[in-house]
Amino acid sequence: MSFSQTLFTGYGNWNPVFWIIGFIVALIISWLLLRRGESGCNRDTEQVKSYLSGNAEPEKGDVHIRAGNMYWGFTEALKEYYEFLVPVHTGILTDYILWFLGVMAVIMVILLGGSIL
Amino acid sequence: MIQALIMDNLPALLIAVPLLGAFMTPLTGRANDTVRNIWVILISFATLTAALLLTYEVLSSGTIVYTFGTASPSLPGPPDSGGILFRIIFAVDAMSVFMAVSASIVGFAVALYSIASNSKLSGKDGYYALILLMQAGILGMVCTGDMFNFFVFLEINSLAGAVLVAYRVDKGVAVEAGLKYAVLSTLGGLMVLFAVGLFYGQYDALNMAVIADNMQYGMLDKIALVLMIAALAMKSGAVPMHFWTPDGYSMAPSSATAFLVVASQASLYGLFRILFTLFNVTLNWALAGWIIIILGVLSMFVGVTMAIPQKDVKRLMAYHAVSQTGYMLLGVGVGLAVLGDETMMNSFGMTAMEGGLFHIINHAMYKGLLFLTAGAVFYQAGTRNLNRLGGLGHHMKWTMLFFVIGALAIAGIPPFNGFASKLMIYESVFMFSPVLSVIAMVVSVLTLASFVKVFHSVFMGPKLPEYENIREVPRPMLIGMGILAFLVIIFGIFPQAVVDTLISPAAEALVDQGGYISSVLGGA
Amino acid sequence: MILQNLPYFASGIIIITGILMMITKKELIKIVMGLSLVEAGVNLFLVATGYITGSAAPIFTNADSDIMSYPVVQAMTLTNIVIGIATTALLLSFIIVIYKKYGTADVDKVRRLRG
Repeated sequence: MSFSQTLFTGYGNWNPVFWIIGFIVALIISWLLLRRGESGCNRDTEQVKSYLSGNAEPEKGDVHIRAGNMYWGFTEALKEYYEFLVPVHTGILTDYILWFLGVMAVIMVILLGGSIL
Repeated sequence: MIQALIMDNLPALLIAVPLLGAFMTPLTGRANDTVRNIWVILISFATLTAALLLTYEVLSSGTIVYTFGTASPSLPGPPDSGGILFRIIFAVDAMSVFMAVSASIVGFAVALYSIASNSKLSGKDGYYALILLMQAGILGMVCTGDMFNFFVFLEINSLAGAVLVAYRVDKGVAVEAGLKYAVLSTLGGLMVLFAVGLFYGQYDALNMAVIADNMQYGMLDKIALVLMIAALAMKSGAVPMHFWTPDGYSMAPSSATAFLVVASQASLYGLFRILFTLFNVTLNWALAGWIIIILGVLSMFVGVTMAIPQKDVKRLMAYHAVSQTGYMLLGVGVGLAVLGDETMMNSFGMTAMEGGLFHIINHAMYKGLLFLTAGAVFYQAGTRNLNRLGGLGHHMKWTMLFFVIGALAIAGIPPFNGFASKLMIYESVFMFSPVLSVIAMVVSVLTLASFVKVFHSVFMGPKLPEYENIREVPRPMLIGMGILAFLVIIFGIFPQAVVDTLISPAAEALVDQGGYISSVLGGA
Repeated sequence: MILQNLPYFASGIIIITGILMMITKKELIKIVMGLSLVEAGVNLFLVATGYITGSAAPIFTNADSDIMSYPVVQAMTLTNIVIGIATTALLLSFIIVIYKKYGTADVDKVRRLRG
């Protein structure tokens, strides 16, 4: 097993070891750039607190965005698709069985197609 | 002498050891909790060793055919049997051994995880017995060479899985999920048995190699093929028959869910075995291939779009399991659609199949890791509702690290293993039909989006007052998750080694029907 | 032709009746009854596959005739009957627990897991 493994995909090559080496080099370069920045930040003074234009900082529980509110834009844009798809997942057992038998019937029509008709 | 005895009987030991362990677990449980834990770890480690030894044997010396009841399948049967083998054989070729290895690794990690996550709960005897029974069922399904034996192990799997889903009767909701899983699995199993009966009625044989040898693609064979495709695709969670998957996976205990994923993949193995080894080029490969591709594309897209608005962590991950099953169906479907065409098969068909098969073992590992981290969060925080969690990254650093590894792997970010298999699927499917490849990439982007949502909701954010006292999970759980994370990283850094040793032999064994028949029937 | 294939027609009718019961009935116990019917139909189909006209039971001692029906299929059917017992017992016990916790056994109301 040689050191650098190149995976041959259908069209090109992918070599993860060289990618990792490149990634580490990029990290080192960015660390060197960071070191040339400002160094005047004291951890114990008021500099660490967040600035909200003078308003009071809200409760910790209210700041955290809950999962129901994320990706609102995405679900709103695809509203018609979701309003069709979510009610299909009814939760009723007989509907699940009907879907199974329906798909079996469709596959039967497609695969047996010419032989029956 | 003992070593030769073990090495000769490895396929039988692979099934016998978990079965013995499953039935002896309640006895060891009478003594002490610690005795039972040690027994379970010992049995699953022994199964892992047996699977690895069997892998080494098969990959170095070819398909192993193991006959139950006599020394070799070519010994003469009773004089009036008509020359047809009546014995049950296990035909372990490279594809079977590939699935067995992935099942055993996940089984060992799940056993390590369970001894810590179950420590304060009751009813542990039944739980461990069912996990070991399910492991025996999965290993039996992938190693067998006999159709009715496949059905029996499929039923063992379904029943053990249904009881595990309903195990923690949580105000009855888990039992509802278990009922749906059991009814659908039984109906699917009966359809499989009907198809096996059709095969027996036509060819007077239950052995896969004998049926494959005599296969004419008549009307009854087509009906049997349709029944098998529909039933096995339903058991593995393909859309639009996937409705039991989010219910079942979210209500099962987390370590059992990681194992139910492997059970679904065993049904996927059954589907591929029927399509490639039983039928091969006798069926209408372009049409059947396109049916599998359509099932795969629907699964990918519907799975990931239903996952984005979910509020329950495990239900979201279950929809992602449906979506990733679509990738496997897409890869192998493209391989099936060009099965009879030599040039196309050599240029991208084999790579598409290798991508689909590589995705099976990658999925078992990173999906198992993700379900185990979700279980760790539930163990400490007591809730699975994403609207109520937050800021756990301050307290549970190792769990957060494992979750990040799993989420980046499932989204297909380099250098993890998801990227390697997805790249193979993208590039070979692109040469078959560019539209499918574009859909696959869009689904990958949406996968990353939903896992960023989960990561932010669960781990990021300020420390919340209600989770002040949360510590890190106990050490055995971390070790179980660590094994899977380590393998995710290793498979990502050295993908070519994995593809050369495990996946290429498996893909070639699957496509090569003549080789399978000749190794079982002894060169007939 | 119909008389010769009567077991197959009967098995088909039983399976279709079972599936219709599973789809149209509203109580959970009747759905499980439908599943039992489907299983009985599949068992009948399996046994009918192994029958040769004018054959005897496949037992060698004191055999009536030389032609015997296939025993492999009868073994498969026995295995399936036992699997069916275990499955039906499991499903019925699930329904008992659901009735205790939910208060109802109506399939339209047992749907807390949806979406």
